[in-house]
Amino acid sequence: MRIRKFLRITSCFICLLALPNINLMAQAVDFEKQKVTIALADEPPSLNSIKSTDQISFFILGHTNEGLLNYGKRNKLAAGVAEKWEVNDKGAKFWLRKNAKWSDGKPVTAHDFVFAWRTVVNPTTASEYAFIMYPVKNAEAITNGKKSPDTLGVKAIDDYTLEVTFERPCGYFLGLMAFGTYYPVREDFYKAQGERYAADKENLLFNGPFKLTHWVHGAALKLEKNEHYWNKGAVHLNEVDMPYITSDALARFNLFKDGKIATTGLDGETLKNALQNKYKIRKFSDGAIFYQEFNYREGRVTANIHFRKALQLVFDPNELVDKVVAVPGNIPARSLIPLWVKGVEDKFRKEYPAKEISVDIKKAKEHLAIAKKELGLTEFPPLVLLVGDSPTASKQAEYLQNLYKKNLGLDVKIDKQIFKQRLAKMSVGDFDMVSAGWGPDFNDPMTFADLFASWNENNNGRYNNPEYDKLIRIAQNSADPKIRMDAFSKMQDIIIDDVAILLQYEAGSVYVQSRKLKGVSRRVIGADPSYVNARVVE
Amino acid sequence: MKMTPTSNAQEVRADTFIPSANDFQPAHRESHHDALHRPSLSYWQDAWIRLKANSRAVVSLYLVAFLMVFTLFGPYIWQVNPSSQDLDQISQPPSFNKQAVLVNGSGFWEPDLEELPEHYFQELDVEDLLATSEIIIDQAFTKSVRLRWQAVEGAYAYVIYRNDYKPESSEDLGLPLAEVEGADLTYYQDRLNLESKTYYYSIVATDGVDESEAFRAIPVNVEQAITLDEAKERGLVDDTAIIGDSISLKSHPLGTDYLGRDMLARLISGARTSLFIGTVAPALYILLGVIYGSLAGYLGARVDNWMMRFADFVVALPFLLFMILFRIAFGVESGESGIFPMLIAMIVLGWPGMARLVRGQILQIRNEAYVQAARLLGANSSYLIIRHMIPNVMGVILVSITFAIPSAIFTEAFLSFIGMGVSPPTASWGSMCNEGIKTMLSHPHELFFPALLISITVLAFNLLGDGLRDALDSRLRARD
Amino acid sequence: MLLYSLKRLLYGLVTVWFIATATFIAMHSVPGDPLLNNKAVSETIRKNLEKRYGLDKPLSQQYVIYISSMLKGDFGVSFTQQNRRVNDIIREHFPVSAVLGILAITFATLGGILWGAITALYRNKLPDIIIMFLVILGISVPSFVFAALGQLSIIQMNDLFNRSILPVAGWGDFTHMLMPALVLGLGTMAFLVRLMRSSMLEVINSDYVRTAKAKGLSSLKIFFSHQLRNAVLPVITILGPAIAAITTGGFVVEQIFAIPGLGRYFVQAVQQSDYTVIMGTTVFYGAFLVFMVILVDIVYGFVDPRIRIHAES
Repeated sequence: MRIRKFLRITSCFICLLALPNINLMAQAVDFEKQKVTIALADEPPSLNSIKSTDQISFFILGHTNEGLLNYGKRNKLAAGVAEKWEVNDKGAKFWLRKNAKWSDGKPVTAHDFVFAWRTVVNPTTASEYAFIMYPVKNAEAITNGKKSPDTLGVKAIDDYTLEVTFERPCGYFLGLMAFGTYYPVREDFYKAQGERYAADKENLLFNGPFKLTHWVHGAALKLEKNEHYWNKGAVHLNEVDMPYITSDALARFNLFKDGKIATTGLDGETLKNALQNKYKIRKFSDGAIFYQEFNYREGRVTANIHFRKALQLVFDPNELVDKVVAVPGNIPARSLIPLWVKGVEDKFRKEYPAKEISVDIKKAKEHLAIAKKELGLTEFPPLVLLVGDSPTASKQAEYLQNLYKKNLGLDVKIDKQIFKQRLAKMSVGDFDMVSAGWGPDFNDPMTFADLFASWNENNNGRYNNPEYDKLIRIAQNSADPKIRMDAFSKMQDIIIDDVAILLQYEAGSVYVQSRKLKGVSRRVIGADPSYVNARVVE
Repeated sequence: MKMTPTSNAQEVRADTFIPSANDFQPAHRESHHDALHRPSLSYWQDAWIRLKANSRAVVSLYLVAFLMVFTLFGPYIWQVNPSSQDLDQISQPPSFNKQAVLVNGSGFWEPDLEELPEHYFQELDVEDLLATSEIIIDQAFTKSVRLRWQAVEGAYAYVIYRNDYKPESSEDLGLPLAEVEGADLTYYQDRLNLESKTYYYSIVATDGVDESEAFRAIPVNVEQAITLDEAKERGLVDDTAIIGDSISLKSHPLGTDYLGRDMLARLISGARTSLFIGTVAPALYILLGVIYGSLAGYLGARVDNWMMRFADFVVALPFLLFMILFRIAFGVESGESGIFPMLIAMIVLGWPGMARLVRGQILQIRNEAYVQAARLLGANSSYLIIRHMIPNVMGVILVSITFAIPSAIFTEAFLSFIGMGVSPPTASWGSMCNEGIKTMLSHPHELFFPALLISITVLAFNLLGDGLRDALDSRLRARD
Repeated sequence: MLLYSLKRLLYGLVTVWFIATATFIAMHSVPGDPLLNNKAVSETIRKNLEKRYGLDKPLSQQYVIYISSMLKGDFGVSFTQQNRRVNDIIREHFPVSAVLGILAITFATLGGILWGAITALYRNKLPDIIIMFLVILGISVPSFVFAALGQLSIIQMNDLFNRSILPVAGWGDFTHMLMPALVLGLGTMAFLVRLMRSSMLEVINSDYVRTAKAKGLSSLKIFFSHQLRNAVLPVITILGPAIAAITTGGFVVEQIFAIPGLGRYFVQAVQQSDYTVIMGTTVFYGAFLVFMVILVDIVYGFVDPRIRIHAES
């Protein structure tokens, strides 16, 4: 009887093999249909451009909607909804094209921008990215409730002309026009949806190259070509399908291996597998920078400059990047301003090279001795290093723990916290050192530099340097690029000399992509990767 | 009438026969009767004999002994620091007497290059860019690989690729290590996670935007190296050693982990944590569960109801949240090892499952004949529970113990992962498994060894449990 | 019987209320809140956010508001997935987890009972040893290893036959469920094998079985009518909670196989300090568990008449 049961089960299994491919899941790339299938790491939390804060939401929005400007081929700023524009120190003027339309056929007008921007800065909206509007006149005052939203420095002169007044000179303003928070939103539609705006695909309007045609929460999304898009001739793909949502990198890699998705990122483990399978491996610097913040509050050992200098002199970012992080694409960080940031004409770091610090264990020990004397300690107390729960974070933390112990005899305790608890501890300063990172919002050194202004909420360690603050104000208020960049250069030096933070590395990644997929742009700021100009070849 | 014994049989009549002392003679003792009896044994003596006879249980006792020796005496036999990292030997498989070359510390490298004639700096289209004519290996150690190559006319920059396998075409050159800008910057130092094996490096010229189709690849044999300073620090050499000497590195019988730490040392130090948690926590929460469940099952009706509702309540609470709460409640300092709170947490959230099982069994047997009989004979509740019921639910208890042990070990790993439990650099088998999974395919030994030890532990207690159950099961007692 | 069930349901509701309260207190005692984000916000915006979500009110008031809306069946809106109602999250994702869970339990139960019975009947012989070895392996190796290996074997199989026999990940039809359900059920299956073996061994040597054999009943009949039925009780005991646990706890398997189940929200909610989702999923899970337990207790009665009689007296 048991043998019969066994035979029955195995025969069923064999039948399964004989069945034709009943699984009609899309293949990774389809030339005839010009369709691409990819996987998402997470579900976009909110497709409301006014409130979005995360990468995945901006990724989708960057394909379904468009701002005044856009990024074209080779990641250069190009015309979006605006056809023509003029910028000076005081403000900017944009002439919109007449054939830019929403997905319901109605035209995109200057009023849509005015409404969207006013809603962003409105304190009742409580948009977490409101700060990105601060270059516009009165934006900061409005968000703090001191002025009303209609005093915002943006005006629709007529349906197709938009005039912006600056709060202070802003050299990087044009780049902001391609940023998600500055996208237009149509007032009548927004008000009609009420609470449900952006809740589902029916509750959104699209003015970009694609429209969202399918959204099963937590499971799948699908983009299809938007026939109302003014530049639809430049869009080759008909469909971008995202039927898999999983945060497991290995699962995504397996999907790629099985020919189900067209691209995926690689980590140390899957990298070897990719080499073995002879996939073409590509590299990309995603623009973020990772560092360790020190706590400058009362009573903390890390507030002492000599102590920090000791740590700086034993730390070799090359070793961290090459051996511990060990994924290509990551570069040791020599400055707070990463390599890709624009300076006056060329890259900032080319025009203002950062000074290099070499490892010097003897000097480090000397600094440590001075610190001990200055603080009046016989022994250093154990230090708390706050880290998140990601796998690389704890590996790096263990490396640092050992490094400081071996070279300086310091006792470091690793405080692993899950996401929101780590944020809570960071904001109240419950740490000695914390591993942190920062992603850029626009292409100007200011997006990194102002992190350590004493008034910035993101300055978790409460670093307070009046000299540094003064330089920030200079860079903020000047219209002359040379003066600004000189100020940033001085700030760059202060960060290194004063060891305001311990610079670790500039993030990058490696990924694989189907050979039949061409024209995918990778960007540091904005929707990344971008399939707007992509196409499938045979 | 009086009868006298006579040798010849006289007729004896039953109704008139009255026996007297003379009618009887002492009989002989016959020893062969003893063969049908065995010496009377108590319950426990009987159990012990049967346990010893069970070969699998004996094996398990040896395994448990092995684990105890491993844990208690391991650090003295294998005296290696479990926390010392060796970033040159990351994730290495087991090795004995590995050789390494003594080298200088390798920092910045900028070789002297000869001036390039003007025509090299012209800008050519990518189709016109050729492959470099020669690549020279300056140095090939695990510390760094230094390459120099011949400049390519018209190149704006070069991209250096590295592959673990031989590249067939310009499409599978491997990992793009870096791009060096400048027609004259024809050198590169690679330090990315080098292992002592053969890599294939390729150099491709670019025009600043696209890469040329032409490339040159060379195989590079990377040798294991160690700096003189490090070697002295670890006591591998004395002062007579010079650069270029070949020395033996310390053996790693079970390989190294993701930060170059010796696996065997980590497993030994992790044994304490894992075995402690893996035996004490289950033992306690099973005990608690058994007591709770048998009370609930025995007392029945309303009491049972309330007790089980409370058990349901405990099970439904979100585990992660309450773990964090315990951590705070017990005042575990940031970064400290919180073994005691973790133990409490596991017990508090583990007992309901056991209680439920035991209660079910008790409900089933409380109406058995022998229970009723014992009650009629005047046994009180605790006697009934301890002496009759619990031995009969031993089967279920022992099965649960088998599963509780690995469950506790992995729960501890999870808790350490979220910051509650042991904190680095203290190791535990469960957290080593967690880390090992990340490199499961490329370096399986990091997962294999901790998992093996966990398996041995489970096997040992499993067999022991089986043997105990067979030995203690009173029903099997008669079978001998 | 009906009164008994109704009373049990009432007690169940009370239990769920306790669960909700305990979770509420725990949630607010732990540092971290849903309004924190990677990029910090200004005071004014923070205050406005708090006002919008009602987090500026005192805790006791928040509790009352929460419980009253819960009684109406409204769990609120998620903090992480803005404008997504928690009710919708549960409604859309629980069925996925449920289907997966039920399939996993089916595999586990069938496999557990079958293999467990085999090991008991062939005690200490080869089948027993092999199966027990596999069981030990199964419980000493963490479940995500099996999930990863399962996915890998699918790829190998697809490669070998040059055709997509089973999907590597995703959710859609029956083929998507096979491997994940198998992997998910493995742990429980191993436990059930052991449990079944243990109770079968006790039953095999019992008097009534011997009587039945003496009466001349066939082995098959004995197996099904007597041995199995009596041995299966502990299996049923853990089945209830096991269903509940697998259904909401299949987090790892759901991630690896890209299955849009509820497990992910359950786990992520704590990491994100997403109050509404934590409360919603916990209360829902609690209610589901309580219901399962009641069901199991009723089933007890059918399987083992002795228990039913006694429960009612």
